[in-house]
Amino acid sequence: MKILIKNAFLVDPQVNLNTQGDLLIEDGKISKIDSTIKENVDEVFDFKNCVIVPGLADVHVHLREPGREDEETVQTGIEAGMSGGFTALCCMPNTEPAIDCAEVVTFVKDRAANSLVDVYPIGAVTKKREGKELALLGEMYEAGVVAFSDDGEPVSSSKIMKYALEYSSMFDLPIIEHCEDKSLTENGVMNESVNSTKFGLPPHPALAEVIIALRDIAILRYTGGKLHLAHISSKETVEVLRQAKKEGLNITGEVTPHHFTLTDDAVAGYDTNTKVNPPLRTNSDVDALISALKDGTIDVIASDHAPHSIEEKEWEYIYAPFGMIGLETSIGLTLTKLYQDRILSLEEIIFKMSINPRRIFKLKEAILKTGALANLTILNLDKEWIVDKFSFKSKSINTPFHGWKLKGKSVGVLNNSKFFFDDKLIDLV
Amino acid sequence: MLSSRHLLGLYGVPKKDIELILDTAKTFREIIERPIKKVPTLQGKTVVNLFFESSTRTRISFELAEKRLSADVLNFSASTSSLTKGETLKDTVRNIEAMKIDMVVIRHSAAGSPHYLTQLIAANVINAGDGTHEHPTQALLDMYTIKEKMGKIAGLNVCIVGDISHSRVAMSNIFGLLTMGANVAVCGPKTMIPRDLEKLGVAIFTKIDDAIKFADVLNILRIQLERGAASNFPSLREYHRLFGITKERLMKHNKDILIMHPGPINRGVELSSDVADGSNSVILEQVTNGVAVRMAVLYLIGTRTEEN
Repeated sequence: MKILIKNAFLVDPQVNLNTQGDLLIEDGKISKIDSTIKENVDEVFDFKNCVIVPGLADVHVHLREPGREDEETVQTGIEAGMSGGFTALCCMPNTEPAIDCAEVVTFVKDRAANSLVDVYPIGAVTKKREGKELALLGEMYEAGVVAFSDDGEPVSSSKIMKYALEYSSMFDLPIIEHCEDKSLTENGVMNESVNSTKFGLPPHPALAEVIIALRDIAILRYTGGKLHLAHISSKETVEVLRQAKKEGLNITGEVTPHHFTLTDDAVAGYDTNTKVNPPLRTNSDVDALISALKDGTIDVIASDHAPHSIEEKEWEYIYAPFGMIGLETSIGLTLTKLYQDRILSLEEIIFKMSINPRRIFKLKEAILKTGALANLTILNLDKEWIVDKFSFKSKSINTPFHGWKLKGKSVGVLNNSKFFFDDKLIDLV
Repeated sequence: MLSSRHLLGLYGVPKKDIELILDTAKTFREIIERPIKKVPTLQGKTVVNLFFESSTRTRISFELAEKRLSADVLNFSASTSSLTKGETLKDTVRNIEAMKIDMVVIRHSAAGSPHYLTQLIAANVINAGDGTHEHPTQALLDMYTIKEKMGKIAGLNVCIVGDISHSRVAMSNIFGLLTMGANVAVCGPKTMIPRDLEKLGVAIFTKIDDAIKFADVLNILRIQLERGAASNFPSLREYHRLFGITKERLMKHNKDILIMHPGPINRGVELSSDVADGSNSVILEQVTNGVAVRMAVLYLIGTRTEEN
């Protein structure tokens, strides 16, 4: 099948592309890029006022399958991803059972087979994510994982972290750390600040994050390997990452849209959808995170999409689980907060949400050039919309952004010869 | 009229509301000295005391206040949280509301539970202590007692002594006293002072002699062993040595200081018996005032509903 995408703005810094033009796609491949293309095709799509960028990747999502299919499945996660503008997802292994051996890796991959969205499982660092013994890293590597992480929990033992970095270096895959010194966070549920004092909630200090980041950097310096810091939330962690990069260590870092959009002021009404781990921090942390995105200290924007059922979130604040969903608000928040406010250019956002994550985790390339597989996201940068959690494709609705007015939205994605647009999935073969 | 139909805490409560409660409490304080202590103000209203955390004095104080206002009173006590029983707070409370009630007095170990309740039910909600967050009626009765004894609140130096980080009493007192124009300080081990407290406009002492030097009023808190306070300091003996209020210590400063304590007292830990039972102690008067203040809160909130 041959389709023609007309009148869009094409932006891809990988090939210095930033121009109005047409895109001819034949059997899922880009066969021509030009200012205007005249060709007999099966269908023409006019994307005037839209921007076409390389397919976005969200490298930190929880798809809950196997185990909690009531909250999300690989399939509903894929649908939420398509709706949010993503053509690739990396899913965390804190499932039940955990993704800690080849069988579960294969199970998840099979669930995602023949989809528009490429789903890449991340394997657990330790068996059952218990932090005691290394999981079957080699076997999972062969089955196709792109990284290892015990996310949700830190790798608390320094010895295990040392082994993990040494062992994973044989496969050149990163360890993704959830930085949290559990002895400091204990029962903590929100950032330690004047607000935790005011709200009377047990504190979860930023100190806990930077301590594990510092420890991991010391281990990385000693062992080599690759380290990726997940959901960085504090200015202190930003600074140690900046120093580690200056030193030339093989380290990367990630931030979520909620951590650069909200502060712990949002906890005021005890809305359990604001309970996330790491917790929402302060204005000065938000400023530091944004500076770190700007200067390249932070490489990746990822959502930490964490679905929870209504039943689980309808508890007192201290009892509700951590986590909010993010797949369908990620690009909207990023464009609203960073692009519309002229903090990051569209090219910079493409680096943070497509090029960098794909390079760090060695995902399939997404590039706007002739001959490449068409793997792209179509954005409307000017579209103003109201977040409506009841219209989400995700099975869960735990978001604090319901009712927010955002500017900028994904209007379609195309990958693997499939085109998702206008709520319809079109097969291009 | 009060600005809110609930009393969830003293943070953000305007000065005129606090003044109204304290003035109203004065009337009730007179009533409870009469031979017949009952008024028909809340006749026909049903108040539920929902206590998810063990409490004797606060619950009895509320119950007495409700009965003296002629309300119908229902007591719901669960020594453990609803979580351990498998029923959510939402279901428990909705079940009780289905029995047609007007007001809920809630004590719960989780901060924010009273706020959550207001989203679930239509009844008026009064916070009788939520986790380490607030205990507004305790602070109101403390302020009532201060005003009664010292003639004013504004400009007084009030120091709260003890485990501030585990204390909802401290937080409500801090918010209320600041609103009323007092100079507020806390004194306790550094490990028991919550983060950034000074940003609220509170002075912090870690030496008890500095606190005594500062204070017109000392509000001395109990060490909350049940909230895990024991890991914040080495031993009760050492706590007493560094922070315990004794007659000897007070004598050194040779000044009249009002001694308050929300109870129950750990005698010989935060307070020695000669101070607790001494002439400057108003600890039992606090208890009496507590009933009057709670009557005032119930009355003002209960009658406010009728006007709506």
